[in-house]
Amino acid sequence: MNIVNFKPNKDNLKSTLPIGIFLISIGLIDIILNSLLNFNLTSFLPEKISFIAPLIFGAIGLYLIRIEFSGNKLLDKINKNFNSSSFNAILTLLVIFALIKYVPPLLNWFIFDADFIGNKKEDCTSGGACWVFVKVWFNRFVYGMYPDAEQWRINSAFIMLFLLVGASFFVPSKYKKYLLIFLVFVYPIIGLKLISGGDFGLKYVETGAWGGLSLTFIVSAFALILCFPIGMLLALGRRSNLPAIRYSSIGFIELWRGVPLITVLFMSAVMFPMFLPDGTYVDKLIRVLIAITLFEAAYMAEVIRGGLQALPKGQYEAAKSLGMGYWRMHFLIVLPQALKLVIPGIANTFLALVKDTPLIFVVGLLELAGMVNLAKTNPKWLGMAMEGYVFAGLVFWVICYAMSRYSQNLERKLSTERQ
Amino acid sequence: MNFKNFKFDLSNKNKNLIPQVLTVLFILLLIIYFTINAQNNMGNRGISFGFGFLSQESSFDITFSLIDYDGSHSYARAFLVGLLNTILVSVIGIFFATILGVTVGISRLSQNYLIAKTAEWYVEIFRNIPLILQIFFWYFAALRALPLTIDSINFYDISFLNVKGWYVPKFLWTNFSLFLYSIIFSIIAIIFFLRYAKQQRDEFGKQFPTFYISVAILFVLPTLTFLIGGVSLTFEIPELTQLSKTVYVYKGGVSIIPELIALALALSMYTATFIAENVRAGILGVSKGQKEAAASIGLTKGQILKLVVMPQALRIIIPPTTNQYLNLTKNSSLAAAIAYPDIVLVFAGTALMQTGRAIEIISITMLTYLSLSLSISVFMNWYNKKMAIKEK
Repeated sequence: MNIVNFKPNKDNLKSTLPIGIFLISIGLIDIILNSLLNFNLTSFLPEKISFIAPLIFGAIGLYLIRIEFSGNKLLDKINKNFNSSSFNAILTLLVIFALIKYVPPLLNWFIFDADFIGNKKEDCTSGGACWVFVKVWFNRFVYGMYPDAEQWRINSAFIMLFLLVGASFFVPSKYKKYLLIFLVFVYPIIGLKLISGGDFGLKYVETGAWGGLSLTFIVSAFALILCFPIGMLLALGRRSNLPAIRYSSIGFIELWRGVPLITVLFMSAVMFPMFLPDGTYVDKLIRVLIAITLFEAAYMAEVIRGGLQALPKGQYEAAKSLGMGYWRMHFLIVLPQALKLVIPGIANTFLALVKDTPLIFVVGLLELAGMVNLAKTNPKWLGMAMEGYVFAGLVFWVICYAMSRYSQNLERKLSTERQ
Repeated sequence: MNFKNFKFDLSNKNKNLIPQVLTVLFILLLIIYFTINAQNNMGNRGISFGFGFLSQESSFDITFSLIDYDGSHSYARAFLVGLLNTILVSVIGIFFATILGVTVGISRLSQNYLIAKTAEWYVEIFRNIPLILQIFFWYFAALRALPLTIDSINFYDISFLNVKGWYVPKFLWTNFSLFLYSIIFSIIAIIFFLRYAKQQRDEFGKQFPTFYISVAILFVLPTLTFLIGGVSLTFEIPELTQLSKTVYVYKGGVSIIPELIALALALSMYTATFIAENVRAGILGVSKGQKEAAASIGLTKGQILKLVVMPQALRIIIPPTTNQYLNLTKNSSLAAAIAYPDIVLVFAGTALMQTGRAIEIISITMLTYLSLSLSISVFMNWYNKKMAIKEK
């Protein structure tokens, strides 16, 4: 056999395949022993060679099993997806090795060595994550400093919102319009009143006490509901034929899009009060809501404008030829189609909005991330930063990931309808 | 007179005029209202509007500065320090985000299932966690877990990483300007050479190995300055010094503060996910027929990538990526949360507290960001126009 031109192929499959699999197994076993049991299989080799030995074994093994059209379906599949070239083989090995080396310690920290039982820091003894911290502070992470006895009000406001949104899927389309109007114009007032209290026998809770995850939801829900109509008007304004309206829309949009949110929040905190008559006091939360709404409205306007531009001119012309005026044309013909086109963009804007809410800490409002910051500086719970941030990150990740998935599904559903 | 036929003349012109006049009037009234209130408020507090405070002595210190600065310098100088720090972290972030983003974006299209999945999960994880939380995580959780100064992580005895920051060797140049000029000169030379090569190719069909010659020029000229120009480079390696019984510090070298590391890490890892998506979309956006057509006229794989795929993919990739760079620059303002002295912390934070001039300082800060964004979008428009497919 010519050793130089030797190439694994279908004919020598019977000899190369077992050797290849054997070599790969050696590489994997070496790594597993090394990372889990701290035992070096190749310790007889010089240090540097021993370090890369599994990689060498694995690479040779993968080379030996790289056989095109072997007739074995599983082998062909493996070769196609993991082992199409030497470069890919080495990448595959590196990824597998990294997984073996780093995933078990992470899992150990996260679950197996973690502490769940107890109610103080000293109960965490096993060296893993101290989820007791999250358990003890959970109520604060969700409701902030809101009084415990009044938390049902936040719950009921959110249940009401879910019911309203849920109902909008089921009611006949004739009534959908009214539901939407109720949701946009009436619900925000009822919800805010319910949570802040002060009337109807409800105890007044100042906005400084609001916080945690519920504040994240409050801010993002209200900002989303309010920024949508403003963004729509701005988008129409930007495409208007009337120069004064067009240029003021452009100016407004570009002004907000050009600055970071944090400076906008600073502005709402320190500069905005200067512009109001002396002695007027606007609540901190209201100021933040206005700032975030205007900020997001500018982004929303650009997204909606994209949809308006993508709509064929024929739609406008057809609407006009039916004798529709500007507003009827836009609300009945143009916007329903344009909005459908930009659902992913709208979802992205909303995602960005949710991810931006932690910034309200600059004006002293503490939502989830802010509460974690507060909790970790508590003298009884020092050194719990990691657990706190991992928890907050997980919560945000679940929310944002679910939303992005939902928007992708929606996009797919709507796009099939169009074809 | 026939009143029946009289109609108020609401011709097209008037119909268009009324909403415009109303808009302008509304904006003007709002501005006037705000101005009057602001004047009253400032009058009550005994301050007058003006930018004179910029030349006053700032009398506060900044922990990290690229230029000479201490409390005796002016507020304008403090602003400049903040601006430079913002630019520094943005440039570092953009550099690493681009490298990481392009790698991840290409990896997502890899035939290798594991690589593609790993890249996909990287994007899904880091894109869906708020940036501020990532900054907090790196700064308060990850970097705080680093060892103390005395047991720093040692990189080959020249660089040390500990909880106080990262200590790297300092470059000590002699005749640095000569070296710099030589680099600038060689870049100019390369540009001229490329033009000449293109002209030769277009006119006579002569091919030059442009890439190798460019690299050679870039290396040879600066090396010559080392050999004969008297340029030399030595390193100042940070050294562990004992201040008292238990206090150790590293002296010499350059110390990179943990705030900068955390911010740059978080910014680049977060923005990389978006760049990765742009890169992926760009490469997928080049139709398969283009590659097949290129292959059928006998181009090699490298040529296909360089001459056919990349020019078309870049046209799709660059505009949204520039947008991401802009986002990164704006997001660097989150520095204020971990006390990295950027423009927001130094100017809109400390300087504002000291002077109380909310309107002036917030306006300057916002205008700085605004002019940065506008200049980039002007550049973007120019670039788009230049790169747009010129249809015949």
